[in-house]
Amino acid sequence: MGTRVLISGVVYTARDAAHRRLLEALDRGDKPPFNLEGQTLYYMGPSPARPGQVIGSAGPTTSGRMDIYTPSLLAAGLKAMVGKGNRSPEVKEAISKYRAVYMATIGGAGALLAKAVKKAEVIAYPDLGAEAILRLEVRDFPAIVAVDAYGGDLFQQGRASYQKKGP
Amino acid sequence: MREIEASVITQAVAQLCQKANYELGDDVLSALKKAQETEESPLGRDVLSQLIENARIAREEKRPLCQDCGTAVVFLEVGQEVHVVGGDLYTAIEEGVRQGYGQGYLRKSVVSRPFSARINTGDNTPPVVHTEMAPGNRLKVTVMPKGSGAENMSRLAMLKPGAGGQGIVDLVVATVSQADGNPCPPLIIGLGIGATAEKAMLEAKKALLRPVGSPGADPEVTRLEREILAEVNALGIGPLGFGGSITALAVQAKVMPSHMASLPVAVNLQCHSARHQEVVL
Repeated sequence: MGTRVLISGVVYTARDAAHRRLLEALDRGDKPPFNLEGQTLYYMGPSPARPGQVIGSAGPTTSGRMDIYTPSLLAAGLKAMVGKGNRSPEVKEAISKYRAVYMATIGGAGALLAKAVKKAEVIAYPDLGAEAILRLEVRDFPAIVAVDAYGGDLFQQGRASYQKKGP
Repeated sequence: MREIEASVITQAVAQLCQKANYELGDDVLSALKKAQETEESPLGRDVLSQLIENARIAREEKRPLCQDCGTAVVFLEVGQEVHVVGGDLYTAIEEGVRQGYGQGYLRKSVVSRPFSARINTGDNTPPVVHTEMAPGNRLKVTVMPKGSGAENMSRLAMLKPGAGGQGIVDLVVATVSQADGNPCPPLIIGLGIGATAEKAMLEAKKALLRPVGSPGADPEVTRLEREILAEVNALGIGPLGFGGSITALAVQAKVMPSHMASLPVAVNLQCHSARHQEVVL
């Protein structure tokens, strides 16, 4: 926890609506549109790319909105998540149980983070527009380990380190 | 009467939507740079420098500061001697948002039927428009793209009058504490104090338009703003919630008279990507 990392390789984007559909597919016993096993989800819906750009701005959305869906996806093989903000106790427990990891990146730095995206293509739910699932190839995408498989939580610990007075 | 063509208003709104999404205000940039000097956490300082770099890239490349290009909140100050011709004012504004978000490669984030189907309207309309009349023959248009990460953490409380200033401090601290890193701190905290429930929230949002770091309406309001800022920053949430001493850049309050039985307090949170642009026609 607290380790700064650079992610290179393939990540899949998914926001609220895509999560709902992934879960519906799994509940029906259908195959999800990509194999979740060992994969990384990035909670992100980009702005449109200008001609010649790979992607528009591409920063994280609030991860907590995905909390209700996350334990089921981890059970289905998801291994890593990237987003912004803290996670629920249930998600943290599931991260420990399934030996997964949640990484935070810089909310509101969408122009900067877009530089690390080298390829982007819609692979599912194009009707969802900015909420469609994209397959991204990223290189040296900056993030920080926020919740690890050993119960570490950067948001809790970071805050405790600098708290001078409680609420 | 002075006539203003509806098409001129459309064009102005389209440009403001784009400029607001690409260019962070100098007041916000200065506040972020000042925060770099005072932030105790090394990680927090690094986050702040990346936000400043993000603003540079966005401005130079005309790339949105944030992929959440927001709900288009439009504030109008309509001079009472202005006559809009060649079309309807609200239609003109809506068309401006449609053009601005389309031409500017801005993300369209508005969905209809938010409680059920949640279907994207496709052009980021409708905007949220607030209109006020003013003396004179000018039309002032302000566009504030408001992201939902911070908007979702806003709160309204109808405090008992006996709660007083301490009640306001406690409410804001509890709101920010609960929001934690989610609203993308460092925040600007807009407060609407007094009036009625709906007016308090509107004024809380309008308070966000004040230049960041400018003093309050009077010394008592400024003192309250500073006290809340100190308490919020003592929470330790820090830039993006990674821990640190700068959770908010400013607290900006609008205080209004209220009914003798009421103390409405609205808290409207603004993320660090505090975007707004205005033009006077």
